[in-house]
Amino acid sequence: MSLAPQVQTQSGSQGTPAIELRGISKAFGPVQANKDISIRVMPGTIHGIIGENGAGKSTLMSILYGFYHADSGEIFINGRRTLIPDSQAAIRAGIGMVFQHFKLVENFTVLENVVLGAEDGALLRPSLAKARAQLRQLAEEYELDVDPDARIEEIGVGFQQRVEILKALYRRADILILDEPTGVLTPPEADHLFRILRNLKAQGKTIVLITHKLREIMDITDTVSVMRRGEMTATVATRDTNPAQLAELMVGRKVLLRVDKTPAEPGAPVLEIDNLRVVDAKGVERLKGVSLAVRAGEILGIAGVAGNGQSELLEVLGGYMKGTGTVRVKGRPIDIAGHEDARDRRDAGIGHVPEDRQQAGLILDFAAWENIALGYHHRDAYGRGAMMDQAAMKADTADKMQRFDVRPPNPMLAAKNFSGGNQQKIVVAREIESGPDLLLIGQPTRGVDIGAIEFIHKQIVALRDQGKAILLVSVELDEILSLSDRIAVMFDGRIMGEKIAADTDANELGLLMAGITEGTA
Amino acid sequence: MDWATLLQILDATLRLASPLLLACLAGLFSERAGIFDIGLEGKMLVAAFLAAGFAATTGSVWLGLLVGIAGSLALSAVHGLASITFRGNQLISGVAINFLASGLTVVVGQSWFAEGGRTPQLGDGQRFEELTFPGATEIRDLPILGSLYSEVLSGHTILVYAGLLAVPLSWWVLYRTRFGLRLRAVGENPAAVDTAGISVTRLRFAAVAIAGVLCALAGAQLSTAEPAAGFVRDMTAGRGYIALAALIFAKWRPFPALGACLLFGFLQALALRPALFQQSFGFSIQGQLLDAMPYILTVIILAGFVGRAIPPRAGGEPYVKER
Repeated sequence: MSLAPQVQTQSGSQGTPAIELRGISKAFGPVQANKDISIRVMPGTIHGIIGENGAGKSTLMSILYGFYHADSGEIFINGRRTLIPDSQAAIRAGIGMVFQHFKLVENFTVLENVVLGAEDGALLRPSLAKARAQLRQLAEEYELDVDPDARIEEIGVGFQQRVEILKALYRRADILILDEPTGVLTPPEADHLFRILRNLKAQGKTIVLITHKLREIMDITDTVSVMRRGEMTATVATRDTNPAQLAELMVGRKVLLRVDKTPAEPGAPVLEIDNLRVVDAKGVERLKGVSLAVRAGEILGIAGVAGNGQSELLEVLGGYMKGTGTVRVKGRPIDIAGHEDARDRRDAGIGHVPEDRQQAGLILDFAAWENIALGYHHRDAYGRGAMMDQAAMKADTADKMQRFDVRPPNPMLAAKNFSGGNQQKIVVAREIESGPDLLLIGQPTRGVDIGAIEFIHKQIVALRDQGKAILLVSVELDEILSLSDRIAVMFDGRIMGEKIAADTDANELGLLMAGITEGTA
Repeated sequence: MDWATLLQILDATLRLASPLLLACLAGLFSERAGIFDIGLEGKMLVAAFLAAGFAATTGSVWLGLLVGIAGSLALSAVHGLASITFRGNQLISGVAINFLASGLTVVVGQSWFAEGGRTPQLGDGQRFEELTFPGATEIRDLPILGSLYSEVLSGHTILVYAGLLAVPLSWWVLYRTRFGLRLRAVGENPAAVDTAGISVTRLRFAAVAIAGVLCALAGAQLSTAEPAAGFVRDMTAGRGYIALAALIFAKWRPFPALGACLLFGFLQALALRPALFQQSFGFSIQGQLLDAMPYILTVIILAGFVGRAIPPRAGGEPYVKER
C-alpha cells in the first residue's frame, strides 16, 4: 500500500510527549480490542484518534483513564511512567475524560456533579461554595457558561457536555480526552465546542479527540492517529493528509465517501401526513402537528438532533405508537388511533427499519433465518397456517444473505454473533425484499462500519430508483445531505422547514435544527 | 373519643411506629445507594431473636443489642456479597434472607431454650425500660401540652428516641455531607461515581451496613423493649414490608418517612382497638382492613395519585462497567 504507516515522524515529535502509550493490549474474552498499541501525544496539541466503530478507540482511552485495565503495556505521562489502576489515579495524573455517554447524576445540580468525588472535606457546604467561585472563573476563561444550580435533567445535552468539561477542569486536568463529543450536538453547538477546545489548547492543555467523523479531524486536529481492528495503523500530521486517505486507512481499502446517485424522478405521493400529533406515555406532546408528503421514487430525509420527535414519527408510522391526524399511503387512510399494529402496516406496504435494530429490529438470541421472517412469518412463502416451513425459510435467508453481502452467510448463526453492520444488513434485507411501497428507515448506519455504510446506502438508492418512496431519519447530517432528495428538519416536534437537498448545506440545516428560522434569527 | 383515649392511641402510635421507622430508614440508606433491600424483615427478625436470646442468657440487654447488631450485619454482608460483589439479583437475595431468618430463628431458638422457638421471658434489667422525661410527672396535669409531654412523648424506650433522632441525622448525612452526596449519586448513576474515582463497591457496602445496624435497632425494639418481653416466632409480622411501603410512600426521603411511619403506626394502634373505633366513628371496620391500609395507600401512591414516586434510578441494578 502506498500509505506506509509513518509512526511519529512529523515535526511535533521533539520534546517530551504529554501522553505516551507503549505496547498496550487489551482483550475482552476472545475479542482483541487493542493490539500492541503505541502512541505519543505532544503537549499543547489536539490529537485526533479516528477509526470505525469497534476499532478500539474508546477502549484505548478508557484504559488511559483507568476505567479498564490493560492486559499489557506501559503508560507515560509527561515522560514519567505512570500506573493508572483506577480513575482516581488518572485524575491525579492530570487526565480528564468526557465520555460519549455522559457520566452525570441526572437529578443533581451542576454544582453537585462538579464537586462529586472532588470534595474538600466531609462537609459539603464549603466544597460547594468553593466550586461555585471556581466555576464562575472557568466560565469566563473558556466560554463554559452553565447555571450552577440547574439540575442536569433540565439542561440540554450541549450544556451537559460543558458540565463534563468543567468537571475535568475543576480537577485541574491538563489532558482532556473527548469520546465522540459531537454525536449529540447540533452543528452550532459543535462549533461552540470546537471554539472551547481551541481555547483550551491555547492555554496549553493537551486534547485527545476520538471521533469517526473525518470532517472534524480535518477541522480541528494537529495530528491524527488511525485505528483499525484494534491496531494503530498510522499517525500523521493532519495538514499532510486528506479525508480520502484517512478513510482508506480506516477501512483498509478505497471507499466512496459520497453517495453515487442520479437526480430523483419523483412520481405520485405515496405517503401523505397531515397534522400528525403524538402524546407520549408521560403526557408530553412529542409531535405537534407534522405534515409531510413523500412521493414515489424519492428519498425524504428528516434531519434533526436526536429527541426532537423523529423517533415518534417513525414509531407512529410503523404502528407501535398512537397518534392523531391523518396518514395516507397510496391514497388509502391508515389507522393511527391504535386499532392497527405493526403487522397491519407491513400488510399495507410499509417496510420499517427501526432506529434501534438490536431492540426493535432483531431478536438477538434467534438465528438469522428466524429473524429474516420476523413480521413476515404469516406470509405464504414461509408456511401454511400455524405450520412454518423451516427449509423454505432457511433457503430464503441464505439467498438474502448472499445478495446483501451478509458475512458470514450462515442462516443458522444467532443474530447477536454478527457485527453491527451485518446485523443491519439482515434487517435491511428483510424490509427491502418484502417489496414495500414505502420504506421507513431510521439511523440506517448507526454503529455500522464504513464499508457496510456504502453498501446500505446503495441499496436505499436502488430501492428509490425502482420507484419506491423512502422516509429516512438520521442524526448524521452528512448522511441526510448525501442520501436525500428533499430534506425536512425537525425541531421540538415540528417541521421547521423543507429544503431541496442539492440547494442546501449543513449551515442552513444546522440553524433549522437548532430551531432558528429566518424570521427569528 | 375522649382526650385520655386519644393520648393512649398517640402513645401507642409512637411505640408501634418506632420499629417501622428504624427499618424504613434502613431501607432508605440501602435503596438510596441503589441496593433494593427486601430483606429488612429477615434482618429485624434475626436481630430481635439474638437480642432477646442474649439478653435472657447474659442478663444484659445492651450485650443482647450488640449481638443483634452483629447478626443483622452478618445478613447485610450476605446481601452485599450476593448483590454487590457477585452482582446477583437483589430481590432474590433479600427473599432468601427472609426465609433463612424465619427458619433459623425458630430452629436455633428451639434447640437453645426448648420453648417452642420462643426465648424466655425477659425480666427487669434484661430489657429496655421506658424512660420518664424530667418533669413529666409534675406537669402531667397541665392541659394539652402537659399531658402530651408526659403521656405521649415521655415514657418510651431509648430505641424509640433513637429512631426519632435518626430522622434529622439521616437527613443531615444524606444532604449535608460528602458521604451523603456520594451515596445518593451511587444510587442514581454509579458510573458517575466510578469515573469520579470513587469505589462503587465500598460505598454500597457502607450503605448496606448502615441498613444492617438500623434493622437491628428495629428488631431489638420489638423483642427487648418494654412492654415486650422476649422473642416469639415470626414476631416481625411483615413490618419489614410495611417499612418498604412507607419508604415508597415517603418517596425515599427521611422526614416524609417519619410521617409515613407515624401514619402507619397510627393505623396499627387503631386496629388494636376495634371497640374504640366503632364508638368514635360510629361504624365498625375489620381489623384486617386497617392492617392492609399501608399496602393500599402504597398502591395508590404507586399508581401516581399522590404525585409520582420515582425510585433511585440505578436501584436494583448491579453495577457493571460497559461491555
